[in-house]
Amino acid sequence: MTGAREPFARVAAKGEEPVDRPIRVLVTKPGMDAHDRGAKVIARAFRDAGMEVIYTGLRQTPQNIVDAAVDEDVDVVGLSILSGAHNTLVPRIMDLLRQAGRDDVVVVLGGIIPDDDIPALKEAGVAGVFGPGSDVDQIVEFVRRAVQERSRVG
Amino acid sequence: MDGKPQVVNTGASRDPQREFVTLSGEPVKAVYRPEDAPVDYDRDLGDPGRYPFTRGPYETMYRGRLWTMRQFAGFGTAEETNERFKYLLAQGQTGLSVAFDFPTLLGYDSDDPFSDGEVGKLGVAIDTLADMERLFDGIPLGEVSTSMTINGPAMVLYAMYLAVAEKQGVDWRRLRGTIQNDILKEYFAQNTYIFPPEPSLKIITDIFAFSAERVPKWNTISISGYHIREAGATAAQELAFTLANGFTYVEEGIKAGLDVDTFAPRLSFFWDIHNDFFEEIAKLRAARRIWARRLREHYGAKDPRSWAMRFHSQTAGVSLTAQQAENNIVRVALQALAAVLGGTQSLHTNSFDEALALPTEQAVRIALRTQQIIAEETGVTNTIDPLAGSYFVEALTDEMERKAEAYFKRIEEIGGVVAGIEQGFFQREIADASYAFQRRVQSGEYVIVGVNKYQVDEEPPVPILKVSDEVQRRQIERLREVKRTRHQRRVRETLRDLAAAAHRGDNIMPPLVDAVRAYATQGEICDTLREVFGEYREQAVF
Repeated sequence: MTGAREPFARVAAKGEEPVDRPIRVLVTKPGMDAHDRGAKVIARAFRDAGMEVIYTGLRQTPQNIVDAAVDEDVDVVGLSILSGAHNTLVPRIMDLLRQAGRDDVVVVLGGIIPDDDIPALKEAGVAGVFGPGSDVDQIVEFVRRAVQERSRVG
Repeated sequence: MDGKPQVVNTGASRDPQREFVTLSGEPVKAVYRPEDAPVDYDRDLGDPGRYPFTRGPYETMYRGRLWTMRQFAGFGTAEETNERFKYLLAQGQTGLSVAFDFPTLLGYDSDDPFSDGEVGKLGVAIDTLADMERLFDGIPLGEVSTSMTINGPAMVLYAMYLAVAEKQGVDWRRLRGTIQNDILKEYFAQNTYIFPPEPSLKIITDIFAFSAERVPKWNTISISGYHIREAGATAAQELAFTLANGFTYVEEGIKAGLDVDTFAPRLSFFWDIHNDFFEEIAKLRAARRIWARRLREHYGAKDPRSWAMRFHSQTAGVSLTAQQAENNIVRVALQALAAVLGGTQSLHTNSFDEALALPTEQAVRIALRTQQIIAEETGVTNTIDPLAGSYFVEALTDEMERKAEAYFKRIEEIGGVVAGIEQGFFQREIADASYAFQRRVQSGEYVIVGVNKYQVDEEPPVPILKVSDEVQRRQIERLREVKRTRHQRRVRETLRDLAAAAHRGDNIMPPLVDAVRAYATQGEICDTLREVFGEYREQAVF
């Protein structure tokens, strides 16, 4: 892996110089959805790309997810929903992240998400939505870039 | 054979020296010859309907009766699903198969805060017997056979079905159908468990015992490879893990004091039919042979019906693509053909739009017609197990059996299926296979038409089915209405009896049927049992 592609996040505590550390990703299954093949594949792909991955497993409430994101100080939250509950769960997660002061976290969503629903989800702050057949390497690249752009802004 | 080939093809555009592998990554030779498939006919194949049943569980197979065409269906409220059922029956479907929503699958009521956003989305919402009555309204339960994909709360939905039959005046002894009720694979594949493995297995043996006596034609379990495969397993893993689960249920039944021949004939199986045509057929043939041998030789079953494996099949949902979705019609047709050549007893064909949403009526009709075309037009049903004796198919069948036996050994070494679940063995094996396959797709080594080859830039939109959030509101209203009008004291008493039976280790089915009759909700029933049995928490392995 070349230096330029190193999956780092630039983070700075208050009043301190920013440091680079590996990107931290929380991969999670919100709600009752039981389909976890995709979440596990993407978790492993993030890890293979040099990121630190925390996988929560199934049946997470929005509050559990945001608590974990805060506790683990992640840069990215990867949501996987194939149950059709995305329009209920995702805006709630985004709200709770905002309330926790962590709306800097890059949120990506994978699963079965009808095209018509995507604009509202992006409006709510989701950075990217990835459906079935998505190229895993492109998702990794998307996340890496989104985190680095955010680090530069911050 | 010695000597150079007499004819060679020139100008081949593929490198004939490269490695050819099955979908599961198993090497395939250019040509199979007699020595690759040293079959002893009576020992390894036998005629259809005869031990070891490699060629099929019945003597006449499709000449006597076609497979049951059974499309998995359910969405929204009970009324909407009832309409879809009636539509499917009118189109020539011969059995029903119920898809429940996630709150129902996990044992929660529609008004539980955790259910918010999930009600009626991926299946039909069932809270009480009142919903079940509407679901089967106008459908004579003495005449159809019904399959229910339900595991954690299988006993609750089963009890509801029995109560509906009672209301329709149908004798339980006439009821035909299946509850999936296969809890072991839930812990490493489908994930709709409620309780820990031990009490869950106890409930399953309760169902075996209750049904053997009172609902004798009911398939009390559908031991399922489908979800194992969909979670990313290879064909051999699907075969091995599913059969290992099956052996565990047999052992639990025997441990509970049941004679194996009282319950083994009611065990049925469920396989995933993926893209690799011959690998799938070999898997099905091997499954029957392994089961027959194990039941007779190892568990001492004497009734041939205990040896003969019967199964349902479903084409692989995981193989459907969102890209150029119409291509899925072709995939499904080929997979369905493999299921039929493999001798399935019933079949669900996926609809082409299912990588996008639940299927529309039109998409379901094409899926059903696919089965009807195979049954009526192709001639493949004229003779039984037409691929028997193919050097390749027999070699592949043997190879499947060898691979499964090797896994059985490993599973035994780690202490059995439940120990394997606790150690994360199955979860890791599947995750490894799933990721390895994804890498093959990423590299282009495995081609998925329309996804990593032959892509198009613009996709015309496919009309999809949407379940409105209105369903949840209506379902909650209905639940409140039932709670308002039922006999509260009766509900409390029946739930108390249920808890007492669970504590004592008695068969929970009789008090459960009483609770259902009293319109206890499925959330109340599952909560009562959660109090006694506790809840299972997964180890999140990736």
